[in-house]
Amino acid sequence: METYKADVAIVGAGGAGLRAAIAIAEADPALTVALISKVYPMRSHTVAAEGGAAGVVQAHDSLEHHFNDTVHGGDGLCDQDVVEYFVAHCTEELTQLEHWGCPWSRKPDGRIDVRAFGGMKIERTWFAADTSGFHMLHTLFQTSIKYPSIRRFDEYFAADLVVEDGRCQGVVVIEVATGQFTLIQAKAVILATGGAGRVFRESTLGGIVTGDGMALAYRHGAPLRDMEFMQYHPTCMLGTGLLFTEACRGEGGFLRNRDGYRYLQDYGLGPAEDKPRNKFMELGPRDRLSQAFWHEEKKGRTVTTAHGEAVHLDLRHLGENKLRERLPLICELAEEYLKIDPARAPIPVRPAIHYTMGGIYADLRAATPLPGLYAAGECASNGIHGANRLGSNSLVDIIVFGKMAGVEAAKYARGVSQSPHGVLEKQARGAQERALSPLRSARGKERHSVLRREMAQSMEAGCGIYRTAADMQATCDKIAELRERYGRVDVNDKSSVWNSDWLGALELGYLLEVAQAVVHSAINRKESRGAHQRLDGYEQRDDANFLRHTMAYHGGGGPPRIGYSDVVITRSKPGTRAYGAAGEQAQAQERKAAHG
Amino acid sequence: MAEGDRSPGASIEVEVLRYRPEQDSEPFYQSFTVPYAEDLSVLQALQHIKDDLDSTLSFRWSCRMAICGSCGLMINGIPKLGCRTFLREYYPGRVRVGPLNHFPIERDLVVDIEDFVGKLEKIHPYIIPREPRTLDQGEYLQTPRQLQRYLQFSNCINCTLCYAACPQYGLDPAFLGPGITALLHRYNADSRDGGQAKRAAIMHAEDGVWGCTAVSYCSEVCPKAVDPANAINQNKMASAMDYFLRFVKPGGARK
Repeated sequence: METYKADVAIVGAGGAGLRAAIAIAEADPALTVALISKVYPMRSHTVAAEGGAAGVVQAHDSLEHHFNDTVHGGDGLCDQDVVEYFVAHCTEELTQLEHWGCPWSRKPDGRIDVRAFGGMKIERTWFAADTSGFHMLHTLFQTSIKYPSIRRFDEYFAADLVVEDGRCQGVVVIEVATGQFTLIQAKAVILATGGAGRVFRESTLGGIVTGDGMALAYRHGAPLRDMEFMQYHPTCMLGTGLLFTEACRGEGGFLRNRDGYRYLQDYGLGPAEDKPRNKFMELGPRDRLSQAFWHEEKKGRTVTTAHGEAVHLDLRHLGENKLRERLPLICELAEEYLKIDPARAPIPVRPAIHYTMGGIYADLRAATPLPGLYAAGECASNGIHGANRLGSNSLVDIIVFGKMAGVEAAKYARGVSQSPHGVLEKQARGAQERALSPLRSARGKERHSVLRREMAQSMEAGCGIYRTAADMQATCDKIAELRERYGRVDVNDKSSVWNSDWLGALELGYLLEVAQAVVHSAINRKESRGAHQRLDGYEQRDDANFLRHTMAYHGGGGPPRIGYSDVVITRSKPGTRAYGAAGEQAQAQERKAAHG
Repeated sequence: MAEGDRSPGASIEVEVLRYRPEQDSEPFYQSFTVPYAEDLSVLQALQHIKDDLDSTLSFRWSCRMAICGSCGLMINGIPKLGCRTFLREYYPGRVRVGPLNHFPIERDLVVDIEDFVGKLEKIHPYIIPREPRTLDQGEYLQTPRQLQRYLQFSNCINCTLCYAACPQYGLDPAFLGPGITALLHRYNADSRDGGQAKRAAIMHAEDGVWGCTAVSYCSEVCPKAVDPANAINQNKMASAMDYFLRFVKPGGARK
């Protein structure tokens, strides 16, 4: 097998992976970096992020406000030591992106402009019109070209990690263009493979968001943490799930039901006012807004379309000029895909899966429990998002902790040596055999596209916006059945060159194991918190029993073993989580009690 | 999308270019019948083929929303993004889908874009600071007007449709081409950048802007209104100026 030796290997070349690679190159240009991605870096899903990235810049804002908003938004489940580090480094990292050329939108005086976002008390979202992720990704990718120590493996698919001597020492990859296997030996490995939203059906996510890194780490014993918290974004296109950014509401857009009524005022987010007010109404957090949609649908107050029930995202009052300047991609999506001019007609929207709050457990240093293995970005659970991520925190997560992963992995790599090549290669050969197994014709007649569809439907039925034990149990059973049938998948395409049939089957293997972690984590959390809401007697948050992280450990061919770990609380005791006028009131009371 | 837009049971014929180097001696078109609806994209038709009719068809795709740049295709002879091209534009006629022109075919609809990526790597596509600044000093000031000077060129999604449209690139693959020239210009035109001199040799070479024969089809097919032809024109001017100024001013022209 061909072998490439690097000091650090990074799997995934989206925002987190690229930022990690640059951090290593800057920390020590003598360290070689293998940057592996199953797509060209600029295709990574960071590209689709629209609204922006949070970093405190205004004089009347503070790190404490950003901290409080984040912990409050996460419904108490954030690790507060990590959030403290996070909010203290957002602005610096966004400024770094600016120095590297990111075309952030500006105020007339040439300074960075910021916009309002859901759940944020003060405007602190940096943005590049409504293609913020696209510009961040291209800026990082093009900047990475400057560093000769970064060797890219574009369109190489990660088939397995090499774990030897109790630590991660490399990655086995498949070159998509040839089907050839390569062993990439490395003293440290960083996973930056993004989320796993494709375990669901309707999502804002690209086809590549299949949880590859999560599944690989999980198989090697690293726990997946808080996987039950899957975020539904409230304003997505029907049928496809494509995203209409939260910035639509940050800029002042309204959500209306079939009667034109701004229904969010009925769900503890009011009062409704003409001007957007932070943390009120349309600027509430995503979990609450998606839940409100669910209730409106049940009440029969939604709009019926060819692709199901919807509410209206009304941007008409923002006017044509503002829409073109601040939300050009939203205009393009509405016009090209729906034949709707948002300056003249409201856009029908509904919630769709958008973000994986959970992931590979990683500490403040981006280190996983498996020595030599680091994780950053959406694939990681470092504790900053809790039970519900706030919009514009993920684009800073990837750069703050992408950099951290790079710096820490570089440090680690300098202090260790590799096991003998022969030992690592033997492991790699085993991984190759396993990856080739779906191509063996004697296995059976199952088709992976069929299994994938059944998985996504079942996940949506069991792990949607509201959940019950009965539905979740049905999904647990279904995923177990699908994993068993997966062993009988036959891949039609037996060729080597660009065999996307085969790679799709391997991706389904990753998806099924991650899906199982999601549903088993969910059924065991007998309370309602953030994005995990139950209707079967566990409607309330239960801090006494569940102010804890869920840890899912791989259970081989069977379901995961579920355990729990403590949440790190430094300075903010989880209080009442309320928004709108109720939120202001609760805050005043807590302040009074504290000073009382 | 109103309900009346769907005709239940309707279908459309999609012809797809197939080429599997391990078994096909030459490319050929294969025809599939797929369900038709007014809001279905060409990409969705390909996904239907792969999931339900023939899993051996290979093509690139990801975001589905015209921002990742993966799914550039020749659709009835015109370079387009599969995700943002709808079957309704062709119905009830057939749709013919092929790989992007001017790139070697790797397999089926997948082309080899290493030439494009290699060119991107050589133009110094990053800020070479005019005045270095530390993070403590905060952001560079850049007025909305200064931003406007390069913003449209920074919107290139690297989909390479413009290369499939460019007749000159078809004749001479050494030609720097539209998208890369736009990106080169994007950095030159950025008020934070001082790297023009470093990029000048590439821009002004025979294979640089002067290779362009001013057909402007690149700008027509660009899905993001980057207008690479405009970038090329601006640089032909700059290049000519640079040529003349070379005789009067040591070190060439400055921005």
